[in-house]
Amino acid sequence: MTTQPTDPVAAVELLDVRKNYARVQALRGVSLTIERGEVVAMLGPNGAGKTTAISLMLGMRRPSAGQVRLFGRDPGDRAARSRCGVMLQESGVNDVLRVFETVAIFRAYYPRPLPTARVLELAGLEEVANRKITALSGGQRQRLYYALAVCGDPEALFLDEPTVGMDVEARRSFLAGIRRYASEGRTVVLSTHYLEEADQLADRVVVIDRGMIVADDSPTAIKARVAGRRVSFTVKPAPSAADFEGLPISGLELRDQFVRFHSSNPEQALAAAFRRGWDIQNLEVVGADLEEAFVSLTTGRGAELAQTEERP
Amino acid sequence: MSVNADPRPVAIPRLLAVQIRAVLLGYWRIPLFAIFTIGLPVMFFAFFGLPQLHQETLHHLSVGAYIMASLGAYAVSNVLVYNVGIGQAQTRARKLDLLQRASPLPSWIAIAATMVGGMVLATISLLVLLVVGAAAGVSLPLSHWLLLVLALLYGAIPMLGLGLTIGYLGSSGNLAPALASLIYLPMAFASGILVPLPQLPSVVRAIAPYLPLYQVGQLGWNAVGAANESVLAAAWWTAVWGLVLGALAVYAYRSDQRRKFS
Repeated sequence: MTTQPTDPVAAVELLDVRKNYARVQALRGVSLTIERGEVVAMLGPNGAGKTTAISLMLGMRRPSAGQVRLFGRDPGDRAARSRCGVMLQESGVNDVLRVFETVAIFRAYYPRPLPTARVLELAGLEEVANRKITALSGGQRQRLYYALAVCGDPEALFLDEPTVGMDVEARRSFLAGIRRYASEGRTVVLSTHYLEEADQLADRVVVIDRGMIVADDSPTAIKARVAGRRVSFTVKPAPSAADFEGLPISGLELRDQFVRFHSSNPEQALAAAFRRGWDIQNLEVVGADLEEAFVSLTTGRGAELAQTEERP
Repeated sequence: MSVNADPRPVAIPRLLAVQIRAVLLGYWRIPLFAIFTIGLPVMFFAFFGLPQLHQETLHHLSVGAYIMASLGAYAVSNVLVYNVGIGQAQTRARKLDLLQRASPLPSWIAIAATMVGGMVLATISLLVLLVVGAAAGVSLPLSHWLLLVLALLYGAIPMLGLGLTIGYLGSSGNLAPALASLIYLPMAFASGILVPLPQLPSVVRAIAPYLPLYQVGQLGWNAVGAANESVLAAAWWTAVWGLVLGALAVYAYRSDQRRKFS
């Protein structure tokens, strides 16, 4: 945790922000303050509004309603923009240029850039520095975009689904790089739908679904939001939902003889089940991970929204 | 107030210089493209100018000088329609414009640099042609050479508008190469800069004065003393075309921006 409470200016402030595209409501009333030095993961399924939120923070798009501030300024302001590095989900470079040339061009946009050699080292591009960008692999290209994001030595990094298309190894070393960068007291805003990415990297997870924030907490607290353990077993004969009444469980799933549920008190739930004389086999009790927390948060919210949507 | 005072953003002239360099580096890195735009006028000059270099036109001017002025108009316009137009379309197709938009580089600097870079390449293309012409034996008073360069660069400005319009048309940018050829090549023929005006069919000759490229030709011919219209009229029409095509470019640019950034 490297928040700097001495500085009154937050890195990002969204105040009741709404954004409509034609007839689609991409964001419907989002308020969010990201303090300087925070590492925040914006988590949500595709189409949840993560990219829209990031493009509003950077002034690439204008909100339909509400206020957006970047370092206390209008996000279109060059002074604010000069403090940010950005990796977009969809973007490109002039790929007839060489890697080091492109880095040199982008770092010249910033008032206090890192030396080109340092940028290439941070992104792990030293060996391909002289290569034309057309000759880069997908992963190297992604690292180039990372290089362009950090070349200005920005206080805040905005990364919109940066690890899409990376293999497991590349993703791990990439995330380690971001973690190192964040540990120097920088602000990092990362959108992802890889849940373990948010868990590994962020001090704070903002879950967005259908244009609204449905949870905003530490990864640990988000996980604690759902029942603490996932219990699964098979039982003969196949039970019905009524058999589980009165047990301290949630999220019950039944498929023939297969049973799965969440419970904050699995010992008590299982004791009750055994007392009922069930022939329990293949018992598994595991900690619920962020993925499940996420699914339970977004689907619950989805049902609620679906109801409100029917009204008008 | 704030503990870390904002670093002052990079000064505009410096940003512009960096970006112009980036545009020129991009041109330099596609040699085929540059050879096409610089080599083609020279090649045409070799085919049509050299064999009749010292014959005289109606205006007691050498045919060589007349063809060189015509192809000079072709050369500068070619760069501004093809290189600038297709270059801008590629910037959009590659989504470099999105990344630039997210960076501290103001979009107007990116566009200004594209325009300046285009003018620089157009000047190079023109100078190469004139050097080849002079070496081949075209002789003109020094003041005419200078006038020719200035007149053609001024005359080409509306073509910058046409190029940028082409570059911003279509949602993906894949339209530009076809569009550039479809508009530019017929216009070059109909304006009398690839085929001399008197040799054009009468219908085309009647249309020619209403084409922007015709005015570029007039400016070039005026500079070497072979025009059939006054230089003031050509300069005036060029300014009008500059406004019209410039407005079109602004319109196409705004539609593109609205689609992506509103």
